[in-house]
Amino acid sequence: MLETTRRNGVRADLRLIGDLIAPNSRVLDIGCGNGELLQFLQETRGVDGRGIELSQKGVNECVARGLSVIQGDADRDLVHYPDNAFDYVILSQTLQATFRPREVLEQMMRIGRRAVVSFPNFAHWRIRGALLLRGRMPVTKALPHSWYDTPNIHFFTLRDFVDLCGELKVTIEQSVALDRRGEKIAFRGPWWFWNLFGAQAVFVLSQPSARRDSPSS
Amino acid sequence: MTAKDNGRIETARTRHEADRPSSALVLFGPDTPLKLDSGATLDRWQVAYQTYGTLNAERTNAVLVCHALTGDQHVANVHPLTGKPGWWSRMVGPGKPVDTDRYFVICPNVLGGCMGTTGPASTNPDTGQPYGLDLPLVTIPDMVRAQAILLDHLGIETALAVVGGSMGGMQVLQWAAAYPERVFAAIPIACGARHSSQNIAFHEVGRQAVMADPDWAKGKYLAEGKSPRKGLAVARMAAHITYMSDKSLHAKFGRQLQDREAPTFGFDADFQIESYLRHQGVTFVERFDANAYLYMTRAMDYFDLAAAHGGRLSEAFKGSRTRFCIVSFTSDWLFPTEDSKVITRALIASGGNVSFVEIDTDGGHDAFLLDEPELFATVDGFLRAAAHARGIH
Repeated sequence: MLETTRRNGVRADLRLIGDLIAPNSRVLDIGCGNGELLQFLQETRGVDGRGIELSQKGVNECVARGLSVIQGDADRDLVHYPDNAFDYVILSQTLQATFRPREVLEQMMRIGRRAVVSFPNFAHWRIRGALLLRGRMPVTKALPHSWYDTPNIHFFTLRDFVDLCGELKVTIEQSVALDRRGEKIAFRGPWWFWNLFGAQAVFVLSQPSARRDSPSS
Repeated sequence: MTAKDNGRIETARTRHEADRPSSALVLFGPDTPLKLDSGATLDRWQVAYQTYGTLNAERTNAVLVCHALTGDQHVANVHPLTGKPGWWSRMVGPGKPVDTDRYFVICPNVLGGCMGTTGPASTNPDTGQPYGLDLPLVTIPDMVRAQAILLDHLGIETALAVVGGSMGGMQVLQWAAAYPERVFAAIPIACGARHSSQNIAFHEVGRQAVMADPDWAKGKYLAEGKSPRKGLAVARMAAHITYMSDKSLHAKFGRQLQDREAPTFGFDADFQIESYLRHQGVTFVERFDANAYLYMTRAMDYFDLAAAHGGRLSEAFKGSRTRFCIVSFTSDWLFPTEDSKVITRALIASGGNVSFVEIDTDGGHDAFLLDEPELFATVDGFLRAAAHARGIH
């Protein structure tokens, strides 16, 4: 998970995602871990939250703290949800660990009116530098695993992600690049700039308007 | 006293519990007939039940516990026949996950049972003789219909939660499907939305063991003063194996011998597991009616919630606002995790509010009755959240 600074005892990435979610909306958090984000959103945003988590330990912790969470994973279990079941589907730091990222993103856009996706940017200058100068797979704060035990099997860059959004014809409503400390990069530069200096990125995507207006089932 | 005398006394006590149980009892007459899935109607029937805790003024804190095949209403009190603690006293009680200091817990004996609710061991009011096989077959929906009438009688419109494992879990699912507005939260544990072919097969072995016993007397053993003790004991032995995992059996008994140094080269219970199973069989017949075993296993076999809703399980839960917490156990091969996942997926497809927890344990199917801290934490957290959502603090 993303290591970020805490302010007022709340993790920066939770606060950041919280700011993107409209109050009282229906939210699915894919890979919800021990439920920290879901609980934060329920308490501060009053959302109707659901979660999917792969680890049994995580699921049990979530349910024991009163959250609605099922055991499952992004690759296999999104297909069971009806269209437009949620206002937001959140995938935090997980897309690069899925087997079929494109299908996962498509499913997210089908079941949610909006998707919130955060991911590590493989084109950050430190990663580029590590590969260029040291000739080794980079191990950084945002990507702390060695190549042989990393759960991240589909690395991509911020610009790759923008391209995929174009291919899937989804609208990028908001985008935020984060520095190594998980703080927002205030300067809104062109994509190449963020692609070089953003260690992480958070995107809010929405369905094309025709789909978004269709009635929920 | 001979073994036969012992048997007579036990039969007499069991008979007594069937008609005049050591529990609260409600008698229903022709003004509250019970319509059964078979098409038959019971004009005079009764429900025996236990309660724990206090119903609050708003009548919102009732938790209905549904018992399993060989369970009964004695969830958390000493059993009147065996003298043993209640079958779920780890789960239900003051300060327990189903906290009787906070919730009003009700557990009725199921329809078709033998502990005071109308079943084949009850006296048929039309003849004055035990029903035996004259009682129409009952189904899981019939059991739930009877429980709904009991809740009406107790003035409880909507239960905070309906909870149960195994056959109890089937009743929970049926409750949620048939009376969604009366179930605020549902906790089906170690169960499935239908009985599998393998499960039906095991039940059939048990029933055949009962019916092969000459003392079953074509179901009229009570009227003839007999009891198919051997048949029922064998049925229980076979079933008991399916409640445990290979790993737990081996950990508990291994290949250890029972009170002897070497095999006896005979068919005595050389192995501890044999002795254990025989004990399970013998103690079971002291408290259970053989025909009730036939009726209840049949009710489980017939259960198929999807079939009752046009083949689509999600239809059973369409529009439901019940909060579900589905629990399975890794080593349960009678109702494997996949059965719980089928229910979970159906609830997701119907837009339901569902949690699903698989608990890692060697306890097998019976894990829901055992000391499983993860199960207790799950039920405790889920029930608290449900109570909070319903405004109970």
